[in-house]
Amino acid sequence: MSTVIERVAPRLPALDRVTRVDQIGVEERVARFCTRSIKKDSKVHALRLALSMIDLTTLEGQDTPGKVTQLCCKAGHLHAAQPDLPHVAAVCVYPTMVGVARRALAGHDIKVASVATAFPSGMAPLAIKLEETRIAVEEGADEIDMVIARGAFLQGEYQRVFDEIVAIKEACGTAHLKVILETGELGTLDRVRRASVLAIHAGADFIKTSTGKIQPAATMPVTLVMLQAIRDHYRATGRMVGMKPAGGIAKAKQAIQYLVMLRETLGEAWLTPVWFRFGASSLANDLLMQLEKQRTGVYQSADYFSRD
Amino acid sequence: MARPDTKLRFDTGWQYAPAPESTDHARIDPQYGLFINGEFVAARRRQHFTTINPATAKPLAKVAQADAGDVDRAVAAARRAWQRSWSKLKPAERGKYLYRIARALQERAREFAVIETLDGGKPIRESRDVDVPLAAAHFFYYAGWADKLDYAFPGRRARSLGVAGQIIPWNFPLLMAAWKIAPALACGNTVVLKPAETTPLTALKLAELIRDVGLPPGVVNIVTGAGETGAALVDHADVDKIAFTGSTEVGRLIQRRLAGTAKRYTLELGGKAANVIFADAALDQAVEGIVDGIFFNQGHVCCAGSRLLVQESVADEVITKLKDRMETLIVGDPIDKNTDIGAINSAAQLAKIEDYLEVGQAEGGEMYQSGSRLPEAGYWCRPTLFTGVSQSSRVVQEEIFGPVLAIQTFRTFQEALDKANNTPYGLSGGIWTDKGAKIFRMTRAIRAGVVWANTFNKFDPTAPFGGYKESGIGREGGLHGLDAYVELV
Amino acid sequence: MAARAGKRSNGAPATSKPRSNGASARLPIAKTYKLYVDGKFPRSESGRYYPLERGGRLVANVCRASRKDFRDAVVAARNAFATWSQASAYLRGQMLYRAAEMLEGRREQFVAELVLQGVARGPAAAEVTATIDRLVYYAGWADKYQQVFSSVNPVATSHFNFSVLEPTGVVAIIAPEPSALLGLVSNVAPAVAGGNTCVVLASKTLPLTAVSLGEVLQASDFPGGVVNVLTGWREELAEQFASHMDVNAVVHCDNDAEMARRVQVAAADNIKRVVLRAGLDWYADESQSPYLIRDTQETKTTWHPIGA
Repeated sequence: MSTVIERVAPRLPALDRVTRVDQIGVEERVARFCTRSIKKDSKVHALRLALSMIDLTTLEGQDTPGKVTQLCCKAGHLHAAQPDLPHVAAVCVYPTMVGVARRALAGHDIKVASVATAFPSGMAPLAIKLEETRIAVEEGADEIDMVIARGAFLQGEYQRVFDEIVAIKEACGTAHLKVILETGELGTLDRVRRASVLAIHAGADFIKTSTGKIQPAATMPVTLVMLQAIRDHYRATGRMVGMKPAGGIAKAKQAIQYLVMLRETLGEAWLTPVWFRFGASSLANDLLMQLEKQRTGVYQSADYFSRD
Repeated sequence: MARPDTKLRFDTGWQYAPAPESTDHARIDPQYGLFINGEFVAARRRQHFTTINPATAKPLAKVAQADAGDVDRAVAAARRAWQRSWSKLKPAERGKYLYRIARALQERAREFAVIETLDGGKPIRESRDVDVPLAAAHFFYYAGWADKLDYAFPGRRARSLGVAGQIIPWNFPLLMAAWKIAPALACGNTVVLKPAETTPLTALKLAELIRDVGLPPGVVNIVTGAGETGAALVDHADVDKIAFTGSTEVGRLIQRRLAGTAKRYTLELGGKAANVIFADAALDQAVEGIVDGIFFNQGHVCCAGSRLLVQESVADEVITKLKDRMETLIVGDPIDKNTDIGAINSAAQLAKIEDYLEVGQAEGGEMYQSGSRLPEAGYWCRPTLFTGVSQSSRVVQEEIFGPVLAIQTFRTFQEALDKANNTPYGLSGGIWTDKGAKIFRMTRAIRAGVVWANTFNKFDPTAPFGGYKESGIGREGGLHGLDAYVELV
Repeated sequence: MAARAGKRSNGAPATSKPRSNGASARLPIAKTYKLYVDGKFPRSESGRYYPLERGGRLVANVCRASRKDFRDAVVAARNAFATWSQASAYLRGQMLYRAAEMLEGRREQFVAELVLQGVARGPAAAEVTATIDRLVYYAGWADKYQQVFSSVNPVATSHFNFSVLEPTGVVAIIAPEPSALLGLVSNVAPAVAGGNTCVVLASKTLPLTAVSLGEVLQASDFPGGVVNVLTGWREELAEQFASHMDVNAVVHCDNDAEMARRVQVAAADNIKRVVLRAGLDWYADESQSPYLIRDTQETKTTWHPIGA
């Protein structure tokens, strides 16, 4: 739970006063995180925690109600052979599939997240993006994952990017807003930091690395920079903001490295699905395999874990 | 800058389970002799001393105590080897021996890393990822110079000096042995090396390795002992060159003793480096640089960034970030793979550090330490900051050689530069700024042998290292590192 | 290794002679010699070959590389350049040293192969030894030539000014005809120690060890494309080597003034750097030096203000 949150009207901060970021320094810090050796009960704890943080995702042009229902079934029944597993945090789909997901997840404590704002490109008039957001919320989305206008950002039109986020946040109503920076298109870590600060000040509940539709998607360096922006904001205002790396995290080992980085940057309070998510699909099965290996002491085969 | 009601909690919830590196494959003999003329021999007077693991204070092995007679034997072996075999070999063949040493060190890397950690107290992650790979790389680098010296000195031919006496410290035992032995051998010299008395083991394992790769007997000799052994080596008439890394105090003594002799010498001594952070720096990475600069290797680093000079407008922000970062530093058993800060090398060194902690507070400084839990046995010191100190404070002037950082603020470039230079030392310095022109202005004006810009404590066999002023004489590493081991004709 | 010499009526190599007790001896497996391109061993796309004979007997069928093979090799070399040129000097040195280790381990194979091609046993052993030592020599230069040839320049204005060497790019090498191995390696090693990638044309009459060198490089973990070895006729390939617009430098090693002139003319189209190393005694000390590295390096000078 966060401390007192001050609700003031969002104002674009002076982005030129945001700290610079040194890429080599960031990479060296990330390399240190990756030398942490997480074993035994602390490993099991991390695997279970990572599982509980997954936004199980399907965002394909070829998605159908059948596909989405199948994914929701997996979300609710990860692995019959292991009872007492935590459930994933959410299922993430396109707005037209929100209703399907809602029905398929009835009775489960799993959120429905919807992308919106002309995901993944964001190249649509604001009116359309707002309407899409409202529709998704009406259909029952608990969370909205929006994309920022990268073109405008790269042009330096920060006010416009900012105002869009503020407007989308308002259209969300009570739904939580995740703001996707699409770090793979921003180019430098300096821009990632500035975009993070911008999105946080505009009212983001979560900041998110990527749409997962381009390379590179989430990486540890960009995630670290974003976590540091979240940390600085918390220390200055007392308001907590969540973090979601998405795309490219397929292995349990990587997920654990992200959790190490999270823990050593923000501390215990963020180590919960309330404040951290993995945007992933195949990660779940690798976590299950590793949990099974920890339980039995024996390396596992993919044949024994359902692929929905 | 930080609201008082905000706090990041690192000490609760998910903690890391112990992850000890396995040590059963690392062989430490109960007792070691001296390595003279290609074999291990007993010291003349059969005296031994014990080396312990500073994390547990438990003994690891007994090590021979070399006296002046033993040193004499070793020097004689080195002299014979130089005259009869080493200087007669084709330079390319000399190089091949060094390549063999490098390769064997890579093959035995894990064993060396484990023993380095057990003997000296540094975290296994550092031994494994930094010390041992750099040591192997040093041998690789100098192996290549052996047959290329004609290209290193325009207009001059290089000749070997003869026998080099080398005395190394306890903070990077294996790496310092590599820094000394590799260039000496590459240039055609032979060596008598004395490791520090608290960390003799990896030098002795290196002796085993050297014997195993077939280096001609007497080319490298290892004599273990303390101050008396070192003095015997410095004083020995048949040594042509002395190389010493250690404290400025002892360096001064050595320089005096060598006066009037024809011996060449290089000294790599203490430091009190300024790490300068400007307001336009990449602040999070600068904070990491502070940590690398003073807490890495428990602060047992001659070039440690032990003075932080931070521009006043960002001082609070930097110190807040630094304190947050310090809470995530794990002080603990060095053999655990997650340990960031290991044991202080000896009871004596811990006493010196604790003395300075009292001095600093007595001088009016405000001391802050991280909340790290410390193990029961062994020698430990938490990462420590001093604020409210100034240029005249002893903790700002004197080398503490522990994880203790003295923090001051500055307002202008000139002030930072003046403070950085206002010291008898001159080994290293750091500057953090996003502005290139400022970097070059600082590197031009700071009187230190190594300047790190937007980074800290980076070492490479190709990059020369050494100090100005009382931080020493001469350079090690790189092309410039050859100078110390040749005579130019 | 090729089958023992001997020709049958259908042109295939004969079997080995029967043992004196009447029982027939074992038939060795004849080695097929291909090209070494992009880390693999393809045949010539043209399917052409030429026979290598000694004393009227067939030793092997050698690929007669076409200009398309050369084209493909240049593509491979160009693709490999970005990574190779940015690899640390330390790594390049390690790889060359590893190649020396691998060649030392295969000493007998290479000596036998040289003997097969008509080199007397004594000189063959000396050539393999010299080649191994030459690899070690250049392994040791990889992280040093920069220190010898670079400079910091004391310009009169308030600028930090430095000049460093950078690899020129893809180097096409026409190896010396009279040398099976040493001459080829004496040209390849300095080029790659300096961060270039290369395509080398082996001797027409002594081609086999050049192909076997590919095995050594592959076993040394050289990335595919860093060194590419073609066998064939220099009279039809030399001008290809010299005229290709995506080759940055061409090295010609024969004592053939007319061929050298034609190479220089063809090279002029894209201002290729031309390196002529005619008639060198590859055993001599003067034939190994950092200047051979410098021959395929560019110099870059950078200025930066010194100030506040």
